[in-house]
Order: sequence, then structure tokens, then C-alpha cells
Amino acid sequence: MSHRVLAVWLVLVLASLLSWQLGHRDGTAASLAVLGVACVKVRLIGQHFMELKGAHASLRLLLDGYVLLLAATLAGFYLAA
Amino acid sequence: MTVAQAHGSRRVPAEPGLWVVVFGDLGVFGIFFAAYLLARGQSPELFAAAQHELDANLGITYTLLLLTSSLLVARALAGIRVGDTHRAPRLVLAAAACGAAFAVLKGFEYSAKASEGLTPHTNDFFLYYFVLTGLHLVHLLVGLGLLGYLWVLARRPARLDETHLAYAEGSASFWHMVDALWIVIFPLLYLVQ
Repeated sequence: MSHRVLAVWLVLVLASLLSWQLGHRDGTAASLAVLGVACVKVRLIGQHFMELKGAHASLRLLLDGYVLLLAATLAGFYLAA
Repeated sequence: MTVAQAHGSRRVPAEPGLWVVVFGDLGVFGIFFAAYLLARGQSPELFAAAQHELDANLGITYTLLLLTSSLLVARALAGIRVGDTHRAPRLVLAAAACGAAFAVLKGFEYSAKASEGLTPHTNDFFLYYFVLTGLHLVHLLVGLGLLGYLWVLARRPARLDETHLAYAEGSASFWHMVDALWIVIFPLLYLVQ
């Protein structure tokens, strides 16, 4: 398990560094990309750190439902604003 | 093989009540995120100018601290499951040190902002900045308390029974939630233009 968790940590760190660099740029596309990456990261934390990937279907649905709703809310309110 | 795998896809880590708290908190923060974007849309120039007062380098530092603490907690939990009373408590302490560093840095950031005259009363951006990061900090402090409990459990010489293993998993998952919340707060406040 430790190798997989380590790999997930590395992906999360690299994605964070990428967002940090991307964040210095202006523009709708960069901002939406940064928010999208954040949602994917929340899902990875839920799946691999909270161990919901192998959990009961109701918990997996709750996580995926939350991440989808979060992504739609962030993109929707960002674009509508 | 982890306990989760041993129990197949029917397993509920920690206890059901913990997930009500975790997803309830995630939901409440989701509403705050929407409110922040709504307020930002009403005064985009003000928010863009105010955001320049924040240090994105500090933002990424917080992120790396919490991600690393989450990795350490995940490894500690794996150690607790196999009864590794030597390494697991040290991993929990290292994770707590990352969390404490986050809180100390946040304290410095707040006092620096206050000395520049930037308070929740300054404008809407700083109202949201202090409310979102403040609520997050409260969760982080609760999480640090739970890591203290996790440390106690990690030091127990006897293998944990199912109830205490569930408490350990719950404490770890709460900490991962603190991490996950920051993963959204960082880009939202510090990065998104």
C-alpha cells in the first residue's frame, strides 16, 4: 500500500506546483484548469488517503457525487460571476 | 493486503458518523466557496487588487506541508494496523509537526496582514479570506487534537480492537479532510484570477 500512497502524494505535489505556476497567469482557461485540478486532487485524497476507493459503494458514490458537485459549483459560479 | 481489501468493497472505514461529519463539513465549505465566487463576481477589480496582497509562495508552502502530513498519517495508519509501535507514533508526530508549522505560519500571515491594516473589515475579499482560512484553521486545530489521540493509539503495545482501529481511521480521515479543504482554498483565494 505504501508505494501507491507515495505515488499519489507525488502526483498531488506535482499538480500543486503546476497550479501554483499556472496561477500566476491571467485568464479564464488557466483559472478553470487550476480549479479543475483542485477537484481531481480532492478525489485522489478521498480515494487513496481516506481509503474510500475500496470502501462501500455508498461512500464511493458520496465522494464522486461531492467532487462532481464541487466542480460544477466552482466552474458555474466562476463563469457566471 | 490492507484491511480495506480484506473486507472487499462492502467495508466502511472508520464509522458511519465520521463520514456524516466529513461530508457535512465539505458541503458547508462548498457553499462558502460558491459565496466567495459570487462576491468576487460583484466586485472583480476589488478582488483582483486585494488578491495581490496575498503571497502565493506562502500558499504553496501550506499546501506542501498538509500534503506531506497526510502522507505521514496514511503511513502511520498502515503501521498501526500491523502493530508497529516503533515507527507509527513517530510518523504521527512528524505529521503533527507539519500541521503545527501550518498553524504557526498562518499566525504570522494573520499578524502581517493585521499590521498592514488588512482585517475582515477592510473589504469583502478580506472578509472571505479571514472567514475561510479561519474556519479551516479551526478544523486544523481540531485535527491536531485528533492526531494527539492517534499518537496515543499508535503507542499501545497490544493490537487495537475493531472499535479503536475505527477511531484511528476516523482521526486519520479527519486530518485528510483538513488537507482536502485546503486543496480548494489555496487556488480559490491565492491563485484564481
